[in-house]
Amino acid sequence: MEVLMAIMIGIIFMVSIYLMMSRNLLRVAVATLLLSHGVHLLLLTMPGLQRGDAPILSFAADAYTDPLPHALILTAIVISFAVTSLLLVMAYRTYKVHKTDDLEDLRGSADE
Amino acid sequence: MNNLIILPIVIPFIIGAILILLAKRITAQRILSGITMSFLLTLSIYLAVIVYLHGTIVLEVGNWEAPFGIVIVADLLSTFMLLLSNLVGTICLFFAFQTVAETREKQFFYPLYLFLMIGVNGAFLTGDLFNLFVFFEVMLIASYGLIVHGGTGYQLRESFKYVIINIFASALFIAAIAWIYAITGTMNMAHIAERVAELDQAGALNFVAMLLFVVFASKGALFPLYFWLPRSYFGPPAAIAALFGGLLTKVGIYAIIRTFTLMFNHDIGFTHKELIVTIAGFTMLFGVLGAVSQFDFKRILSYHIISQVGYMVMGLGIFTPLAVAGAIYYIAHHMIVKTALFLFAGVTERITGTTDLKKMGGLLGTHPWLAWFFFITAVSLAGIPPLSGFFSKFPIILSGFEEGQYVIAGVALLVGLLTLFSMIKIFSYAFWGKQKHTKEQASVPVRKLLLPIFPLVALAIILGFAAEPIFTYSLEVAEDIMDPANYIDSVLKE
Repeated sequence: MEVLMAIMIGIIFMVSIYLMMSRNLLRVAVATLLLSHGVHLLLLTMPGLQRGDAPILSFAADAYTDPLPHALILTAIVISFAVTSLLLVMAYRTYKVHKTDDLEDLRGSADE
Repeated sequence: MNNLIILPIVIPFIIGAILILLAKRITAQRILSGITMSFLLTLSIYLAVIVYLHGTIVLEVGNWEAPFGIVIVADLLSTFMLLLSNLVGTICLFFAFQTVAETREKQFFYPLYLFLMIGVNGAFLTGDLFNLFVFFEVMLIASYGLIVHGGTGYQLRESFKYVIINIFASALFIAAIAWIYAITGTMNMAHIAERVAELDQAGALNFVAMLLFVVFASKGALFPLYFWLPRSYFGPPAAIAALFGGLLTKVGIYAIIRTFTLMFNHDIGFTHKELIVTIAGFTMLFGVLGAVSQFDFKRILSYHIISQVGYMVMGLGIFTPLAVAGAIYYIAHHMIVKTALFLFAGVTERITGTTDLKKMGGLLGTHPWLAWFFFITAVSLAGIPPLSGFFSKFPIILSGFEEGQYVIAGVALLVGLLTLFSMIKIFSYAFWGKQKHTKEQASVPVRKLLLPIFPLVALAIILGFAAEPIFTYSLEVAEDIMDPANYIDSVLKE
């Protein structure tokens, strides 16, 4: 299962980096979204995918899952949500001001 | 008593939230944020003294015991950085009162400013690797807001790139955290340090160390990840450029120093003496070459941030107490002097309306105070004794020679020379020569603008003339962080 997840994370990273290299503002914004999904899955997979009960002592189960990765991912998701929404607003404003979403045209000229 | 060390994080948080509600009342915002920053500065001085006298303070948040809960740790290095960052933050705020346009002030300028300070203070104080990530993000999101604040075309275009590179680095940070958690099973930095020592930093740990180095290097603008810095620092108003130039890259450098003295210090031959030193050399060289090729006040200063970050990392890479102490002294010198120089760029921009050196000239005749203050800080940056720059470069280069790292020491000397060259270039273009600004511009009053910068100039002089006590302090900080047992024992209480 971990191997499958690893391959999937690899594919997500690959797609995300491909999108990040593209010239379109929106695609770059989507790339960061995908990238954050990739690393969150990595965070979930790295400590080992576990089977077991929720780590509440009264459940009296044989095995408990490690709650820490979930807590970390939850925090990371909230952060990436905030960053993505900010980035989308910035991409939109950049498009409005510069009248283009082509990053090649947004390189900036040497004379300023 | 222990609860005191969480105040630098909580106070700007509460006041920042209140300021959002007062968004349209500029006077109230100015007064509240001014009081807050002054209080934070006083508090950080107090904390620095307390920690110096009584040793590291550890706060276990919510009384959860150390490796399980989150800890806030104030040791010598943290309080030192805290003091400097709040000093820079306070001064830039008082400069912002006078220079930032009112329309911008109404757009949540001060809340963002205080949120930035939460992130910076939190990053210095936290003892938990994941929390370090969270505080980095708090700082970065606030900095995205501030760097694009005002929304001019230039700012939007360059900030987009700044945001993308930082998001990418943050993603790598989470990946590194995932690996560290998989290998060591903990997030507490002291606990990680202990487990890395048990594993002797073997196998994948070196890889994780390098990944963390890449993450912090891209935030701290090291070679080859510095390309975003000069362009994005050019856009925002002077107070923000000064705050970022003085503060933000140094948070990355702090994180590098912390990780590579506390956790990953078992393979010094490879990580420190080869990799970090090499990167430091390239960073210094390319930064200063970029500065020499520029003809714009702010851009020259931005490139100099890069070259000087190289000196700090070089001190860490050589890794003797003297070199690390030099790096710490260099951080103090750099934060003070660089902020002052960026603020001077703001003042000259206020007078002449441009930052292009070729369109300036003769400011020495019309604004002598500005010119001489700038001259003092500029030669201090270049490392002319007896100012602070000399005493910060000297121990680093000296220990470079002592450790047989001749190439890097030579590069450092050359970079110092080129720094002097580009500082003199600014001085001779902007302040000497024929007056190129109009009569009305010549009578622009700058005394009030110079007032907040004056403490920084005074400190640059004091740091040079009173080098001995301050250097002794840096040496103590260096010896404290180079023995990770101090940190681990005080956090895990063994």
